Amino acid sequence: MTTQIEDHGLLRFLTCGSVDDGKSTLIGRLLFDTKTILADTLNAIEKTSQKRGLGAVDLSLLTDGLQAEREQGITIDVAYRYFSTGTRKYIIADAPGHEQYTRNMVTAASTANLAIILIDARKGVLTQTRRHSKLASLVGIPHLVVAINKMDLVDYSQDTYEKIKADYLEFAAKVGIEDIRFIPLSALNGDMIVERGEALNWYDGPTLMEILEAVPAAHTEHDEPFRFPVQYVCRPQDSANPDLHDYRGFMGRVESGSIKVGDAVTVLPNGLESTVKAVQIGGVDIGAAFTEQSVTILLADEIDCSRGDMIVKTAEAPAAVKEIRATVCWLAEAPLDRARTYLIRHTTRDSKAKLTGIDHRLDVNTLENLPAEKLAMNDIAEVTFKLAQPLFVDPYTENRATGAFIVIDESNNNTVGAGMIL
Amino acid sequence: MTQRNTLSHLDWLEAEAIHIMREVAGQCANPVLLFSGGKDSICMLRIAEKAFRPGKFPFPLMHIDTGHNYQEVVAFRDKRAAELGERLIVRSVEDSMKRGTVVLKHEGESRNKHQSVTLLEAIEEFGFDACIGGARRDEEKARAKERIFSFRDEFGQWDPKNQRPELWSLYNARSHKGENIRAFPISNWTEMDVWQYIEREKLELPSIYFAHTRPVVIRQGAIVPVNVPLASGELTNLPKAGEEIVEKLVRFRTVGDISCTAPVESDADTVEKIVLETATTTITERGATRLDDQTSEASMEQRKKEGYF
Repeated sequence: MTTQIEDHGLLRFLTCGSVDDGKSTLIGRLLFDTKTILADTLNAIEKTSQKRGLGAVDLSLLTDGLQAEREQGITIDVAYRYFSTGTRKYIIADAPGHEQYTRNMVTAASTANLAIILIDARKGVLTQTRRHSKLASLVGIPHLVVAINKMDLVDYSQDTYEKIKADYLEFAAKVGIEDIRFIPLSALNGDMIVERGEALNWYDGPTLMEILEAVPAAHTEHDEPFRFPVQYVCRPQDSANPDLHDYRGFMGRVESGSIKVGDAVTVLPNGLESTVKAVQIGGVDIGAAFTEQSVTILLADEIDCSRGDMIVKTAEAPAAVKEIRATVCWLAEAPLDRARTYLIRHTTRDSKAKLTGIDHRLDVNTLENLPAEKLAMNDIAEVTFKLAQPLFVDPYTENRATGAFIVIDESNNNTVGAGMIL
Repeated sequence: MTQRNTLSHLDWLEAEAIHIMREVAGQCANPVLLFSGGKDSICMLRIAEKAFRPGKFPFPLMHIDTGHNYQEVVAFRDKRAAELGERLIVRSVEDSMKRGTVVLKHEGESRNKHQSVTLLEAIEEFGFDACIGGARRDEEKARAKERIFSFRDEFGQWDPKNQRPELWSLYNARSHKGENIRAFPISNWTEMDVWQYIEREKLELPSIYFAHTRPVVIRQGAIVPVNVPLASGELTNLPKAGEEIVEKLVRFRTVGDISCTAPVESDADTVEKIVLETATTTITERGATRLDDQTSEASMEQRKKEGYF
């Protein structure tokens, strides 16, 4: 007997909006209406709601995370929530909306395939709406849902909805955001989340849940070249098993594209060529692998390859570069220091790096490019780094896995920057 | 549009977990995998097999034993490690008590939170720079915010307000000597995912995960197992005066120190039945069964700050 009927994979999405937009209420509503919230949790938030003198159960309490935040009454860090509809599993990255937390939103967006941008129907498109949308597009989230919430507070007015939609589209055209869907909601009352409700009958599009169920869950929807950064090399050298004596398995995850036995490959940086002898998981042959599978690749020839190297198809090698231009979001309290050497981690490869120039900084509120001399926390800028070791890169817009990197400060080992290669 | 290959949700979660384990192996000099014999860590061992076979695991297994663990689980732990041919290290809270580094408030106090002390002592003894654990973000609010690679300072402390940003799947496991990384490969799994994985992979489990009859008392609404035999033959969790012992058909949803793990009433005696029951349950895993987490709303966060898993 099998308890699984159908599996449409896993979708990671992000919700952006400020506390006032009803973001926590929306997440609470999604969890509640998909029956993810269980009785004991509900009892606990009922009690808290009563203690705070609230009339109805406050669903936003569900996503209220850490002690410090509960004291402040705001969400200060990315939290992850899970729910499942039976056919698809969802991971919500709950990113806070406050201005100083650009870095949290970039963090949450980096793994998301869809973003829900919340707008308060009473307030319309605000600076922060533009900021969130720009960041979502910068981080390469392929699908955007603009959710016009609190429709109950504007008498479910279609005119209000249409006006906000038009405002947003005007802005989106300037920024170059393409795949956008609009939906009117009342997270508080649950209209158009899972149930359609009665109040928004003029809207004939899908509910939020229907949108989430239908969006492609695949990591990418266009063809990408094969990229296989080597994480670890398996050499069992088990004296009891002579079959394993010459076993050299290159372990990693297919970051993009696909591979099968017989394919011609090149190992970077040494440029040596071979063919794929086997593709395995846990020592068992599977013949072929595609994006996001963690596998082991065996090659026909004995060639040198170790962690930090990349296996690619011979015909579609990426650029090997010793200088990168990138959009960088600075994440640390200490500003980016031109005099210092940092460590850049790209796929499984590290290189020392030094800033050589800042082209301009993006003002996330006006969306203007401004000249900049330095980069402080939450700043986003186009910069150039000089590298000690070559990296094998693709532009971020073509490949999120081989176009991304993080910057590490070796003095305290903190992750201080996030980069997207131009 | 061309048809894309999309992984099923379990395949995706498994691939992510394998990737995380290999990052630990690739980035850290001396990692260890925490294995208790519980269901989450049993899944972790299967993931490690898929990540590293036909090679040996690039880390030993370790269990921090409170001395108050269910015999069935301890026996399973030893059997499983032996079957895999991997090294198992056991360090015990009772040894920390003998050394005087763990002091119980009273004899009956749960030893669960004191595992932190023994864990930190073991980390120091072996010089581990990373511990791979089976914690999941769906278990608890504080965990929902913890990174997959979670940095701990020299005192093993987690600082929730000063976590390293974690972007894409670029994990930063760097640490200085004495500091430590906790890595959680199944962060994104839920209780349901774990049971579906156990079902799909046909993983063996300790018998107490399945419905069985045992003596219990009802204490403040919770089912509390009593007269549980330890390996020494000694009985622990004795009933309090006036409590009525009843035999109930129960199973454990989560397994830990005897003093703080409560079973649920259930007649689910197969993995398939447990999957169905998990799909329709109305009570959270920890809410129902972890007596320690109920103490205070923020108790997990507090314990993690002090070095807990």
